Amino acid sequence: MLSDKDRIFTNIYGQNDWRLAGARARGDWDGTAAILAKGRDGIINEMKASNLRGRGGAGFPTGLKWSFMPKNSDGRPAYLVINGDESEPGTCKDREILRHEPHKLIESALIASFAMGAHTAYIYIRGEFYNEARHLQIAIDEAYAASLIGRNASGSGWDFDFHIHRGAGAYICGEETALLESLEGKKGMPRMKPPFPAAMGLYGCPTTVNNVESIAVASTILRRGGAWFSALGRPNNAGTKLMAISGHVNRPCVVEEELGVPMREIIEKHAGGVRGGWDNLLAVIPGGCSVPVLPAATCATVLMDYDSLRAERSGLGTAGMIVMDKSTDIIRAIARFSRFFKHESCGQCTPCREGTGWMMRVMYRMVEGRAEMEEIDMLEQVTRQVEGHTICALGDAAAWPIQGLIRHFRPTMEERIRAYKAAHGTVGLAPTPSNLPIPVAAE
Amino acid sequence: MSGHFSAENIGHGTPGHAPRPASDNQPQHFAFDTESETEIEAILAKYPEGRQASGVIPLLYVAQAQMGRATGSAWVPRVAMDVIARRLGMPPIRVYEVATFYLMFNTKPVGRYHLQVCTTTPCWLRGSDDIVTACKRATGVKAFEETSADGLFTMTEVECLGACANAPILQVNDDFYEDLDAERTVALIEALKRGEKPQRGPTIDRFNSAPAGGRTTLLDEIGTRHADGQPGTAPDTV
Repeated sequence: MLSDKDRIFTNIYGQNDWRLAGARARGDWDGTAAILAKGRDGIINEMKASNLRGRGGAGFPTGLKWSFMPKNSDGRPAYLVINGDESEPGTCKDREILRHEPHKLIESALIASFAMGAHTAYIYIRGEFYNEARHLQIAIDEAYAASLIGRNASGSGWDFDFHIHRGAGAYICGEETALLESLEGKKGMPRMKPPFPAAMGLYGCPTTVNNVESIAVASTILRRGGAWFSALGRPNNAGTKLMAISGHVNRPCVVEEELGVPMREIIEKHAGGVRGGWDNLLAVIPGGCSVPVLPAATCATVLMDYDSLRAERSGLGTAGMIVMDKSTDIIRAIARFSRFFKHESCGQCTPCREGTGWMMRVMYRMVEGRAEMEEIDMLEQVTRQVEGHTICALGDAAAWPIQGLIRHFRPTMEERIRAYKAAHGTVGLAPTPSNLPIPVAAE
Repeated sequence: MSGHFSAENIGHGTPGHAPRPASDNQPQHFAFDTESETEIEAILAKYPEGRQASGVIPLLYVAQAQMGRATGSAWVPRVAMDVIARRLGMPPIRVYEVATFYLMFNTKPVGRYHLQVCTTTPCWLRGSDDIVTACKRATGVKAFEETSADGLFTMTEVECLGACANAPILQVNDDFYEDLDAERTVALIEALKRGEKPQRGPTIDRFNSAPAGGRTTLLDEIGTRHADGQPGTAPDTV
């Protein structure tokens, strides 16, 4: 368990002043120029030494990502783009940084931009976070007025501008290249990679896209040292992480914890435990809805970190835990995610555009049990046809929750089908390959 | 056992990112007012020379807000999209595409209070069905996308609002009302009808996203401490 002295986000609940005076009292903006004086390589090496992995879901090493930016400009400007499009169900951590720790984010953005040779950073904030963006804008205005950013930011000799760009209600814009398209004024449709953003990103210029939390921890890491951060957590799973606990717990919350702490301990210590007691637990989705669900037995022992959850064929994702007790209709819970992904598919790639709708329709029949047993396998096979066959990972994200459901709750699905047959008879339940004369494309 | 769910009757909302039908009641004229022009100047200064197309989403917001100020209904008529296209030097179709791709732009009039109910799983687990029912009961609206007879309320089903630790959430215009139940939802809507603006945030005795009953962390910190553990005392006096 993490002690308060090792917490990075000390105002995460907004219990104290989030504006400049309060932030300074907590240590933000203290000697920023001295941090920049370490130089680009010095900063990147420290970030590499911290073993920080991206906090937006993919878990790519942050220092390494920064090092991909060209060292010498070919005349094009470089950009840092911060991904604040937080829209994955279960995920509600960046919101707390934006509204309660805005100065930690702005200072870290300056440091990160300097380290990648960027004079401008944009933060893309989901449109619904109107009040959060408002807080951040106030903090930006304060930072400009105090010469912490702008020309000769913090007296470092580096010019730095920081701008907010609000999205307008599209989950897909959390995908980094869709985000760049959106920022350029287009529909949020992901780009093919390569070229990767570090070579050709925003406006065709070298760009790094990082999650809000990945950026916001940088100032503290550089003050306290990469070794301090790296010593927290477990090997290859270093540091602290903002986690969220929602669903059937007694006291849902957001909390900063050390990686590698048992899931059960986090739920019981911070969220007041599962409603009705631990034995009433059915399942937990550990890191936002795209990562596969875990049954209660696994939740009892699994550790909250990248590798431990990977070993259980799930993932840390954003560490936004969705807790479900035994009263939950697990099939309906997952079917609602299928509807989410169907709604949010941008429509660019056929397997995703058609597959998400198809999967949703079959999932809602599974909720009723209006299906044939063999359709469970067919559904699983279709998820495999979507997964890995699209430009971006939304197709994968739509496939994984269903795969997790089938892997752990197939008996529940079968029972539902049997109950439906018992109540309604067995004839003409649904079109299946055996009674469907012609393959039907999209409805 | 759940009731009857099928692809046909669960999809209350907009079918994916398919363009939504524009309103038939399109005004013939739109021009940005002084307040909007001030905002536009600040917006376009953010983007490099020749990249003013980046301003399309922000300008659509400006137009929608101006319509809200002028008419009480925050929506973007076609003629405003044309004005934006001319201002940014874009073909009008590029603006229409953006306005219909992103869910937050209303392409037809909405009520003065836009009730945006999240029904995604984390909210559903904590009772979003009750919130939907309460919204219908208090406004007289019978289905999503409908506007109440008095023109005050439009109810829309939205996907995850990103505040799951405070579920269930109802977003009213720009503000999140959190930790709701049916009773408090009705009370909120009745207050809106009376012209009041209830404090946004948690509707229970809880401080932002900290656990109800008090924090489990950050107990030994120093600094300017505000009244804690009480709703509505967030240091948010801006």
